[in-house]
Amino acid sequence: MNALSISNLKKTYNNGFEALKGIDLEVKPGDFFALLGPNGAGKSTTIGIISSLVNQSSGSVSIFGHDLKTERSLAKSCLGLVPQEVNFNQFDTVKSIVFNQAGYYGTPRKLALQRTEHCLKQMDLWDKRDTISRRLSGGMKRRVMIARAMVHAPRLLILDEPTAGVDIEIRRSMWKMMEEVNQQGTTIILTTHYLEEAESLCRNIAIIDQGRIVENTDMASLLARLHVDHFVLDLAEPLAQAPVIAGYQIERIADKVLDVAVPKEIGLNYLFNQLSEKNIKVVSLKNKSNRLEQLFMSLIDTKSAGNK
Amino acid sequence: MNYSIAFRTIVTKEIFRFVRIWPQTLLPPAITTALYFLIFGKLIGGRIGEINGATYMDYIVPGIILMSVISHSYANVVSSFYSTKFQRNIEELLVAPVPNWVILSGYVSGGIIRGLLVGTVVASISLLFSDIEVKNPYVALSIMILTATLFSLAGFINAVLAESFDDISIIPNFILTPLSYLGGVFYSVKMLPDIWQSISLGNPILYMINAFRYGLIGVTDVDIQLAFIMTIVFILVLTLLSLFLLYKGIGIKN
Ligand SMILES: Nc1ncnc2c1ncn2[C@@H]1O[C@H](COP(=O)(O)OP(=O)(O)O)[C@@H](O)[C@H]1O
Ligand SMILES: [Mg+2]
Repeated sequence: MNALSISNLKKTYNNGFEALKGIDLEVKPGDFFALLGPNGAGKSTTIGIISSLVNQSSGSVSIFGHDLKTERSLAKSCLGLVPQEVNFNQFDTVKSIVFNQAGYYGTPRKLALQRTEHCLKQMDLWDKRDTISRRLSGGMKRRVMIARAMVHAPRLLILDEPTAGVDIEIRRSMWKMMEEVNQQGTTIILTTHYLEEAESLCRNIAIIDQGRIVENTDMASLLARLHVDHFVLDLAEPLAQAPVIAGYQIERIADKVLDVAVPKEIGLNYLFNQLSEKNIKVVSLKNKSNRLEQLFMSLIDTKSAGNK
Repeated sequence: MNYSIAFRTIVTKEIFRFVRIWPQTLLPPAITTALYFLIFGKLIGGRIGEINGATYMDYIVPGIILMSVISHSYANVVSSFYSTKFQRNIEELLVAPVPNWVILSGYVSGGIIRGLLVGTVVASISLLFSDIEVKNPYVALSIMILTATLFSLAGFINAVLAESFDDISIIPNFILTPLSYLGGVFYSVKMLPDIWQSISLGNPILYMINAFRYGLIGVTDVDIQLAFIMTIVFILVLTLLSLFLLYKGIGIKN
């Protein structure tokens, strides 16, 4: 049984816009799954339908074997949602937001208090339990939503861009928290704009663009297909323009910084030979970590070029 | 599945909400109605004499109590549910396994409780000015609860359909308040010219106020049974409409 299966899901909004054009997706129990796509691709729409916030136009969704149409209550009980935008009552305290959510899921008071405490501690928010949520920082608000989503111990946790707009340090600590939650057995689906986030956390990945799934595979084989590496070179002397070297794509990002796309089959030796010949001294070199982003862009380019 | 915990959670949250902001929710009706009793009942009423065998003060007490019940049960649900929708925390209920009828009954119960609480506050203040002996307590209590239910439902529908904060003040200001004043709070419709009497009989609030007045002081301009039937029918219609709006997700789902 899948944690999530979606088949031929379509959505046309009231204004006639077709946001989903037939999505198929399967997520296995225990997985850490990434749903990736540019802005407006349909990620939030898909998640909205899974979590009963958006009415679907056609297709079917089931969560741990419970069909969303015929067994809605059971399906809902298996799911925890962390939405993209803050959506709790800003005038409530952190604790009451999480505690009330447990109540909506029918959790008896005593257990609800225990679960609230557990989730707030796990999200490092126990000290803030009596704070009015409006006063929290952006990162804390996200964590309140994670605690709220986990208070009924869902088997599937869906996070819609959970780390958008939080600074790098907090993002890292949220990654750790999500990894822990996943290790404790909760299936996680994540959408994100930070592609390195998907790369470092997720085992399987689907890429969505213009309402269609354009790629659905495991992270390792996706990365293996990568054939271009990006490097940033720091130079000793400033350059007026980027050098031209056959086989490489070189861009000048600053006076003394170059960005070089290196095809794997050519490698770096030839590049450095050519740079020495042109009397360009390289001080240091680093691998740019947006490999997935490159892949992602190239995938979308080829697929949508094929559609036209 | 057992939804009593979800229901209780919504109701408790609703009660906390209006109690927390009591200077906005419970204090104003106490002050306004004390002024009504003082000015209309005591100062002016003293010169008016009796209506249908009751002193003017006794005559206006039931209407003023019920008017507060109407406006506060309505206001509670319309503002609470609209802000829930506006801040999008309605989504907390939509993702959870809470059926629409539980959402509706939770919010409506919040409105009823606020309405009855304000009604009790106003009734207690009226005791300072008049010493009514309640004639038919069951009639009074049941029409008060039914009225609170009806206007909580109306407030709910208003909140679902509202798209801005303006939309949640239009109906209270331009429909509810005038209909309450014209519903015979301060006068008997029998005092009006024939044509205005007939028009007044199209005002549902008139029936509720008279039924409540009958419950408190035993005086009415209309048939009590008709008043109950009418209120119950309205409640049924608005309940079905509310459930339909929730089912369709109007205003809360795309
Ligand atoms: N309520 C709506 N009405 C009409 N179009 C919408 C609505 N919500 C989203 N869309 C459109 O649907 C598309 C997908 O949106 P969304 O699912 O939010 O994308 P993502 O989360 O991947 O950024 C976008 O083009 C967006 O403009
Ligand atoms: Mg989105």
